[in-house]
Amino acid sequence: MNVLKLGAAALILSAGAAGAQEKLSVYHWFEYIPQELVDKFTAETGIEVTIDTYDSNEALLANLKAGKLGSYDVAVPGDYMVSIMLGEGMLDEIQPGELKNIGNIEPQWADVAFDPGRKHSIPYQWGSTSFMVNRDAFKGDIRTTDIIFNPPAELSGKINVLDTAGETLTFASLHLGIPQCATDRAQLKALDDLVQGAKAHWASFNSDGAKDVLVSGDVAAGMIWNGFGQKARLEGANVEYAYPKEGYIVWMDNVVLLKDAPNRAAAIKFMDFLLEPENAAAVTNFARYTAGVKGVEPFLDEELKTSPEQNPPADAPAGTFVQVCDEATQKVYDQIWTRLKQ
Amino acid sequence: MAGGGAGGGGRTQSAAFAPVRLWLLLPSWAVIAIFMGLPLLIMLVYSFLTKEFRGGVIWEFSLAAYDRFVFDRGLFGDDPPVLNTTYLTIFARSLIQALVATALCLLIGFPAAFYIATRPPEQRTLWLLLITVPYWVNLLIRTVSMKFLIRENGPLNEFLMGIGLISEPLPLVNTDIAVQLGLFYSYLPFMVLPIYAAVERYDFSLSEAAADLYADRWTILREVTLPAVRPGVIAGCILVFIPSLGAFLAPDLLGGARTFMIGSLIEEQFKGAAGDWPFGAAAATILMTIVLIALLLHARAEARREV
Amino acid sequence: MARRNDVRRYPGFLGITLFCLVVLYAPLVVVAVYSFNASPSITLWGGFSFRWYEEVFFGLEAEKFKRAAWNSVTIALMAGGAATVIATAAALGMVRAGRFRGKGASFALLSLPIMAPEIVTAVATLIFFSLIGLTLGYGSILLAHIVFCIPFAYLPIAARLEGIEGAFDEAAQDLYATRWEAFRFILLPLLAPGIVSGFLLAFIISLDDFIITNFVKGAGVETLPTAIFGAVKQGIKPDIMALSTLMLGISIVLVTISYFVGKAGSTRR
Repeated sequence: MNVLKLGAAALILSAGAAGAQEKLSVYHWFEYIPQELVDKFTAETGIEVTIDTYDSNEALLANLKAGKLGSYDVAVPGDYMVSIMLGEGMLDEIQPGELKNIGNIEPQWADVAFDPGRKHSIPYQWGSTSFMVNRDAFKGDIRTTDIIFNPPAELSGKINVLDTAGETLTFASLHLGIPQCATDRAQLKALDDLVQGAKAHWASFNSDGAKDVLVSGDVAAGMIWNGFGQKARLEGANVEYAYPKEGYIVWMDNVVLLKDAPNRAAAIKFMDFLLEPENAAAVTNFARYTAGVKGVEPFLDEELKTSPEQNPPADAPAGTFVQVCDEATQKVYDQIWTRLKQ
Repeated sequence: MAGGGAGGGGRTQSAAFAPVRLWLLLPSWAVIAIFMGLPLLIMLVYSFLTKEFRGGVIWEFSLAAYDRFVFDRGLFGDDPPVLNTTYLTIFARSLIQALVATALCLLIGFPAAFYIATRPPEQRTLWLLLITVPYWVNLLIRTVSMKFLIRENGPLNEFLMGIGLISEPLPLVNTDIAVQLGLFYSYLPFMVLPIYAAVERYDFSLSEAAADLYADRWTILREVTLPAVRPGVIAGCILVFIPSLGAFLAPDLLGGARTFMIGSLIEEQFKGAAGDWPFGAAAATILMTIVLIALLLHARAEARREV
Repeated sequence: MARRNDVRRYPGFLGITLFCLVVLYAPLVVVAVYSFNASPSITLWGGFSFRWYEEVFFGLEAEKFKRAAWNSVTIALMAGGAATVIATAAALGMVRAGRFRGKGASFALLSLPIMAPEIVTAVATLIFFSLIGLTLGYGSILLAHIVFCIPFAYLPIAARLEGIEGAFDEAAQDLYATRWEAFRFILLPLLAPGIVSGFLLAFIISLDDFIITNFVKGAGVETLPTAIFGAVKQGIKPDIMALSTLMLGISIVLVTISYFVGKAGSTRR
């Protein structure tokens, strides 16, 4: 097989090009770490960093499951994905004392339900998922999830929701005031009815374009993550982020140590680096979410300290993490989502 | 057959290369069988395995994936099974969309390919390259830009209102028209290039002979030219139809993703939160079986024509 | 001033061809115009500026883009080329080698790569590659691209071959030309437009692929689509538009050169 040989030769070539320098292989979200910061890490440690990107938590899992585990050192999964990956045995344990800067973690994130004792992860950034409304189109009260699920006439047919079952259905559960991973049939039926009915008001399902559809005016209201939403406002759209009284979703992305990491020592150095307040702040200034590290304030952009997206009003309820349901329950939610998009 | 499948709808059969047939075919067979056939075989096997929660499979035989496709057991999975229309609807919708896209590409791509093929020889390549140059820019970027063009307050609507053709902006984004537009420009070259290759070779003295018999040009095109360039037309239709069937970029971005297409349904099984690999594999198997049957039926019909 | 019964000319065909070009190029005009936008938005115009081109050439990610563009183009050339050679041989074997058992099955096999939805091919190929222990990198991308390019090259070439009288190559062989000579001097020149079409299709298919590449690429090896995908999905950034415009510019330059080379070649003849 000539082609096989050719392919094999090309592979050997590409593998041979590498030097003896210490390396680090990062599996990261698209557009979520400033290049300056990566360069700074290389300058400080001499470790050469390669970054590969994914576009969703599920894509990360699918890629690792299909055979890429063992080629990366660290990844940056969201909260619920950390517990899933933990359950899949994809994470390595950080030994006590390995991380010098572990004390920099904000106390509220030092021990979390998705990684008890923070044995496999450190906080990266956290933020919230809610929605934004174009204030030219609608001037009334927006601090209610009715905007999405039972919208006023001005907004009906001009709403975008996120194209991810987890966030959109959790948001619907908050609207109904029912628990996540509900097993009560009446509650699940109500959830199904709610989204089926609300779909008539929705123009599109779009996650990646959530900002774009708001800025361009394709829709007048849309679910969005707070940092992404801030970018929409800064691009000139007259949009306001809502912290609805029924609640909203909070999420946290975390740097995890992957199992079978080829460069474990470098990975630990990288995690320590990201726990430095100055470096965590650099990510925040870039991505416009919130760091999970103490002492970042002096390094933050002035605007982030007061922006309406990052600073909920005093009377806003606490946010809710998306929960990981067991298989049987998840099946019902999958069913609801498939029926919704039938 | 279609572009040279089961026997070549051409005029004369040549067997000049018959003695080395095996050597000619072996590289393509081997490459595709090993690097496409074996992986797809794995997929076929996966469709009969038990789903692992959140992606992956458990090595235990199961028909659950096909069961899910055929039977509907209600929201909680314990109603008496009835025929599941969910996925049939999704398949039918994708099928219709792909057929329309193919027809559209043919209707517009054929005249374009014909025009290009009848240019002086030194101009033809230039025209062909003109058709393919836009593909140096990533499809995603072009699709996003297309969306920008056709949105309610976008340039297209402003232009049409400017020249007084319409008084209200056309709501194009998130409609089937937008999806068709997206598919059309995603796959147009797939139609133009094979047809061009066929027409370029077409012997126009046939048409001229027909013209001498006082047939009008459109009759000649339909009765003489079209049958002669048929292999190119069929190759083009296959190249547009099959990818349109599985497309999800245009439907998602331009159509608003309010409904699943086959492509997005399958993608969701592998990349989405649902993560049901056996079901994704089963849906893919069913899709490929349909396409395969269609191709084989076509091959047989084509072989019969030859005799 | 076409003769009324000129069978090579049909009213409206030029119009339709131009319409095709308008549809194909209209989005590119948007890309090109907004690549010169001073503001970082694609909806609001902030004045004329070259800043995004500076970003592409001298920005922090310049190196990454350059490598990705290089990988994309070289992979597309090699995968397109290899697929075209394999497909040409296959077309000869299918169309020019008489009837044989299993011809339908052979055609089905050749079409297999376009029949599978891309995401399925992507996941299946990755599983297969890790099963046989193939290291992921430039080579694995190239291999995957060659495979899915074959049918795109095959169909136009075979369609063309079917339109060529079999008498040509048979006559050549009657004149004691070897099979290779018959191919090289008789068939190949006649087949050339089909091969060009096939190669062009394979080339653009490879250049544009994201889904499969994203699965089978190794850490740190990027092609242009994988390097820019995330940025684009969240709304195109102007530096991506500048990069795309540059790619477009390069391709137009190549096209122009090939046109003049072709022209010079044909006048010499």
